[in-house]
Amino acid sequence: MSASADIAVARPAREIPVAPLLFAGSLALYIVTALATGQHAYLTGEGFVGLTQRMVALGIVALGQTLTILVGSIDLSVANLISVAAVLASFIMKGEPAMIAPAVLAVLALSAAVGLVNGLIIARLDVNPLIATLGVGLILQGLLSASFSNFAGSVPSAFQAFAYGRIGPLPWSVLLLFVLAFAIWLMLTRTRFGAHLYATGGNRDGARLAGIRTERVIIGAHVLCSLMAGLTGLYLASRLRAGAPWVGRDGVYDLESIAVVVIGGTLLAGGRGGVWGTLAGVFLFATLDAVFNMTGIDAFPKQVLRGAIVILAVAVYAVRSRGHVA
Amino acid sequence: MSATAAHTAPSAALRFVRGINVGVAIFLVLYGTIAVLQPSYFEVEGFLNFLRRAAPLIILACGQLFVIAGGGFDLSMGSLVTLTVLGGSMLAGGNPENTWWTIGVLYLIGLGVGLVNGLVVTLLKVPSIIATLGMLLSLNGAALMWSGGAPRGYLPENFRALGRLVYREVPVTGIMPLSVIILIGFVALAAWLLHATVFGRQVLAVGDNPRAAELAGVPVGATRVLVFVISALSAVTAGILLGGFAGVSTAVGQGLELQAIAACVIGGAQLLGGRASVTGAVAGSLSLFALFTLLNLMGLPQPLRETVQGLILIAAVASSAWRMRRA
Repeated sequence: MSASADIAVARPAREIPVAPLLFAGSLALYIVTALATGQHAYLTGEGFVGLTQRMVALGIVALGQTLTILVGSIDLSVANLISVAAVLASFIMKGEPAMIAPAVLAVLALSAAVGLVNGLIIARLDVNPLIATLGVGLILQGLLSASFSNFAGSVPSAFQAFAYGRIGPLPWSVLLLFVLAFAIWLMLTRTRFGAHLYATGGNRDGARLAGIRTERVIIGAHVLCSLMAGLTGLYLASRLRAGAPWVGRDGVYDLESIAVVVIGGTLLAGGRGGVWGTLAGVFLFATLDAVFNMTGIDAFPKQVLRGAIVILAVAVYAVRSRGHVA
Repeated sequence: MSATAAHTAPSAALRFVRGINVGVAIFLVLYGTIAVLQPSYFEVEGFLNFLRRAAPLIILACGQLFVIAGGGFDLSMGSLVTLTVLGGSMLAGGNPENTWWTIGVLYLIGLGVGLVNGLVVTLLKVPSIIATLGMLLSLNGAALMWSGGAPRGYLPENFRALGRLVYREVPVTGIMPLSVIILIGFVALAAWLLHATVFGRQVLAVGDNPRAAELAGVPVGATRVLVFVISALSAVTAGILLGGFAGVSTAVGQGLELQAIAACVIGGAQLLGGRASVTGAVAGSLSLFALFTLLNLMGLPQPLRETVQGLILIAAVASSAWRMRRA
């Protein structure tokens, strides 16, 4: 049996270029709205930098979520982990520049541990990933809210440079987002781990029969995803100047990160997709926020529209798929 | 597969233990602990009052069960509960004469929501987790838009009676809450639909393997649409009961969709379809509600209750996965 030959043939006949289409459509919407409402400040270089800055928080966590969904899993604990990371960072730093490095290390170590636990529960105990990560998220949030009820500690000004500092016209944080995206793209397309990730997501049993240690791949994807959530927490602590136990849940980073990954064309069942689609999905959400601001739509109708757009954005290409989805 | 044949046949006791639904076992343990702490729970009256408060979650879980059995998720249930409670108080405006047509309108809204969910999944081929997530965002926005961001109006007394009325001096049981009668009727209907009708078989077949079901002549699309309608109608029912005793607030339905999914899973339903039982869903939601009650009785601070809920959830699913592998 040559399993690899089957995989090579199994490419779909026509693949829609989701990422460029989504990106171009969002950009057009943004420019047309800015022109129509006469708010030309949005069209300057500074306006576009502001637009990319809206992408950072959701973007970093969505890159991680891309990996778990690609491997056929999912992570609902990211929003809670983001809160934990933000609070832990500002609690350890307490405004002391000397504590930046220990705080960052502690946050990343804790995030990796959470990812490891998620991965072990899913891969070893065979618990459905939705339930496993929902449970871990509840555990994290419970422990966090029991220990902190408000902003904890603060972030020294040196660390605020992470969110507010720039190299030339480009903010550090935006640069970090694109460097991370590029690194993950390289990992997915150029390394053995990346190939194993796609194989495991495409067909876990098949991948195992082909000699891939699928448990390790799933655990690896979850550790990376949790690290990204931890980074997002660090970024939010830096932007808000302190961490609070509700920052992750208020941002709805769990459901929104899943939404942008799927909008970006990654298959919810795993095995197909990539980072550029996800970034295009994040870009769509960022432009929507900006467009709502420009047109001055109220908060509640905004929510209704946002829900409808999530569905339509996925429907645009999903409608052509044959067979049934659930 | 054939490995089990190589083993000697398991003893009758062992088979009996394996046959028990995990949800039922967890519920019995939790409820027993509650009753030790609070002996009134051992009496019929105490149990019926417990059932009355658990009724909305049980009804939600039964509705969600149909969607899960068909291979999907309905994340929009909680926001539909919120919309039902807020919309009910706005429409009825405290006037008892408005109650019955208000309930009719609420069920029509539910029907519309279920149809949209189902059609988006079957015709637009959007995965249900995304389709109902979009619906969740939209319904929350719509509920807040309608009420102007804060609850207005109030529910008339005969509307609230559905959730809180308790008949006194009933033979045998002593008391009988109206919501428990509604609950029993609803669960019986759900059990009949899923386990005794062709439609129920078709739902499970579609959830197990939609392609095979289609080849066998099952109307896959229509079945899928119907499960979302059932789920939405049960969310409206749960909302009407909740409005009766939880009062009107913008957060009344928050998180209920995940509790309903968790209840189904604790009761042994298989996510992504094919295996589900109403008994399990009822037992799962009773366990979850008993857990909340127990943590409340023990005086645990609210946040730690979440932590314990998370632990129990993982443990329940891990144990059922472990039993599946050994079976």
